[in-house]
Amino acid sequence: MAARKSSSKPNVSAEELLKYYKEMLLIRRFEEKAGQLYGMGLIGGFCHLYIGQEAVVVGLEATAKQGDKRITSYRDHGHMLAAGMDPGGVMAELTGRMGGYSKGKGGSMHMFSKDKHFYGGHGIVGAQVPLGAGLAFADRYQENARVTFTYFGDGAANQGQVYETFNMAALWQLPVIFVIENNQYAMGTAQNRSTSTPDLYTRGEAFGIRGETVDGMDVLAVKDAGDKAVKHCRSGKGPYILEIKTYRYRGHSMSDPAKYRTREEVQKMREERDPIEQVRSILLTKNYAIEDDLKAIDKEVKSVVNAAAEFSKESPEPNVEELWTDVCI
Amino acid sequence: MATEILMPALSPTMEEGKLSKWLVKEGDTVSSGDIIAEIETDKATMEFEAVDEGIIAKIVVAEGTENVRVNAPIAILVEEGERVTVVPTVVNAPVGLASGLQLSGPTPVATKVMPAPALELVPTSVELDWPEGTELRHQTVREALRDAMSEEMRRDDSVFLMGEEVGEYQGAYKISQGMLDEFGSKRVIDTPITEHGFAGIAVGAAFGGLRPIVEFMTFNFAMQAMDQIVNSAAKTLYMSGGQMGAPMVFRGPNGAAARVAAQHSQDYAAWYAHVPGLKVVMPYAASDAKGLMKSAIRDPNPVIFLENEILYGRSFDVPVMEDFTVPIGKARVWREGSDVTILSFGIGMQFAIEAAEFLSADGIDAEVVDLRSLRPIDYDTVLASVCKTNRCVTVEEGFPVGSIGNHLSAVIMERAFDYLDAPVINCTGKDVPMPYATNLEKLALVTTDEVVAAVKSVTYR
Ligand SMILES: Cc1ncc(C[n+]2csc(CCOP(=O)(O)OP(=O)(O)O)c2C)c(N)n1
Ligand SMILES: [Mg+2]
Repeated sequence: MAARKSSSKPNVSAEELLKYYKEMLLIRRFEEKAGQLYGMGLIGGFCHLYIGQEAVVVGLEATAKQGDKRITSYRDHGHMLAAGMDPGGVMAELTGRMGGYSKGKGGSMHMFSKDKHFYGGHGIVGAQVPLGAGLAFADRYQENARVTFTYFGDGAANQGQVYETFNMAALWQLPVIFVIENNQYAMGTAQNRSTSTPDLYTRGEAFGIRGETVDGMDVLAVKDAGDKAVKHCRSGKGPYILEIKTYRYRGHSMSDPAKYRTREEVQKMREERDPIEQVRSILLTKNYAIEDDLKAIDKEVKSVVNAAAEFSKESPEPNVEELWTDVCI
Repeated sequence: MATEILMPALSPTMEEGKLSKWLVKEGDTVSSGDIIAEIETDKATMEFEAVDEGIIAKIVVAEGTENVRVNAPIAILVEEGERVTVVPTVVNAPVGLASGLQLSGPTPVATKVMPAPALELVPTSVELDWPEGTELRHQTVREALRDAMSEEMRRDDSVFLMGEEVGEYQGAYKISQGMLDEFGSKRVIDTPITEHGFAGIAVGAAFGGLRPIVEFMTFNFAMQAMDQIVNSAAKTLYMSGGQMGAPMVFRGPNGAAARVAAQHSQDYAAWYAHVPGLKVVMPYAASDAKGLMKSAIRDPNPVIFLENEILYGRSFDVPVMEDFTVPIGKARVWREGSDVTILSFGIGMQFAIEAAEFLSADGIDAEVVDLRSLRPIDYDTVLASVCKTNRCVTVEEGFPVGSIGNHLSAVIMERAFDYLDAPVINCTGKDVPMPYATNLEKLALVTTDEVVAAVKSVTYR
């Protein structure tokens, strides 16, 4: 597979690359497993897979410090794994079991971990954007130098509340990084059919928010851009926009036949731009690893995912009393 | 080891599907990610990928087979070098009897089971909405809605449809299938995901003389547009002293689908019914979906048209008529009875009808009334029925506090107090956000059993 030369950091260490490789692979294998469990009827409702977009969260999490926050949409499994949440707990939430992060009450689209500063998992397109700025508002208020990664899609980027948020985030210099995961489609709508101008990273200009576009299939490029954005936010200069160009290989959700794009388009992306293959190829060509090392990682990741799947099947359904708990305190 | 490839679940509401096409044959080697079959779900034709690698040793379900249950084995996969003779032979096994074929497959998971359609779904009502003897056609709610919109768009070129994925994608729930082809992109308009914005643009277009139909992908997302619906669409006629209003339809699926959890499973019937200036309808049968949709498009007021994803695929009799409409504001007596009145609407009707069937076996003769319209409500029909039966149970999916049932109870108490032999009971969804877990979701929804119990309670049995 052709490795695209990573123009960014040429002197990235073997450890770092291996870490990215493993983290991205974990997301991919986890998502493949989730797809299987959905097909078997163990996962229900809507289930949106992150396959293809792994470099975005892995690259950005590499720039985060303890205490930084993250919030995203329903396409959230990758974000949770990258934030260090337990794969078993995530999978058990997908199967709607007691061992899930929300005790089975939230499901794929609505999961949270206070511990890992993961604030969801939101099912309403665009709603997480002001919420993310609100988290940043709290940090600024508490003067704790933390930043919030607020992820949303190219489709969500058209919602009105995004622009209300941009204005206030800039006005109040909130430490929030708006991460637009531009995977080129919002369900069946290609980005050029929904947006009047092609570039989303310029959408903060009117509010004085700096933005840049990033190759989201290249984890090192994402990491680089993330470092810059984090530095900007942490130093009190207010919000930052990263438009990360990425691609989802699967349908929008499990029930999307994805007839709006050609099989060739997807295949080309997979073959030429795959984020995991790119890192794999650097590892091998730089002699940072040999095939056997990578095989060992593959095996380890597979066993983590299998264990998560087992846990998610064995964990019991929530007790019926759970129906009535957590509505109010 | 030989593994079974099972019929996959490919949508939240899928319980069975058609195995339209095999893209592999026996003896082929497949690896994870290869597309091995095409499967038609309730919503679309999907490609089915292999999850393991191996050799297709046997195809159990032939292509073209319909109604293959989710989790039924459809093929047998063996590992390279494995003797194919170890494969259990299940040729000609009846499709759908998955349990008998489950050798080592996963334990079948409890899915939300639709009530057996064996129950009589034909209204025993004396009052039909069409002339006696009219030819009837079995049609799904989905087709009925599309036909209604298309007929009205042919009749009046100021009518247009806008919403997310209504055009090129043919509708997220395939309601507008084929409409872009027929009417073109001037009249079937794909919008960005900007509900508040496009709802407002549609209200403005209605002020300007057009008749917009706004599709919300689901009514959960209409919350984003609530201000334009309530403050602009509903109130302008009044505020302008009758000079201008918003003749338009806001439509889309409403209420719970299956396992889509709290943010995607709310019934908004009572919310909209609360607002003066709106009309609100919530049909159950396909004929009502069609007739009410045509009336809604012609109505000079903003009409909230609440559909239901689970009902989209259900078939009912629809009259074959040049121009069939059902008036807004008129209930339909679905089943005549003398012991108790069960009032419902939308998918609640399913539980009301089922309960009535169970009750009749117990010697309780229930009258079932489908309100169909929630604003205005046909109080005359409701009160006439309650005065006849002297007992009433209401059934709806929405939350209990401030429900349609609460309102009906109040009206019945005020206007028919002396006729009541028991307090009215409201059967509703539970007072909690919709949980995701299968077992909890079942508990959260209103059930036939609850309706039966309520009827037994008001009839003191
Ligand atoms: C307010 C609202 N409108 C519509 C939807 C239905 N919907 C869910 S995801 C989606 C597409 C979003 O696309 P994008 O923001 O690009 O994110 P992606 O799915 O590509 O990650 C739509 C229309 C929703 N959940 N919420
Ligand atoms: Mg997108």
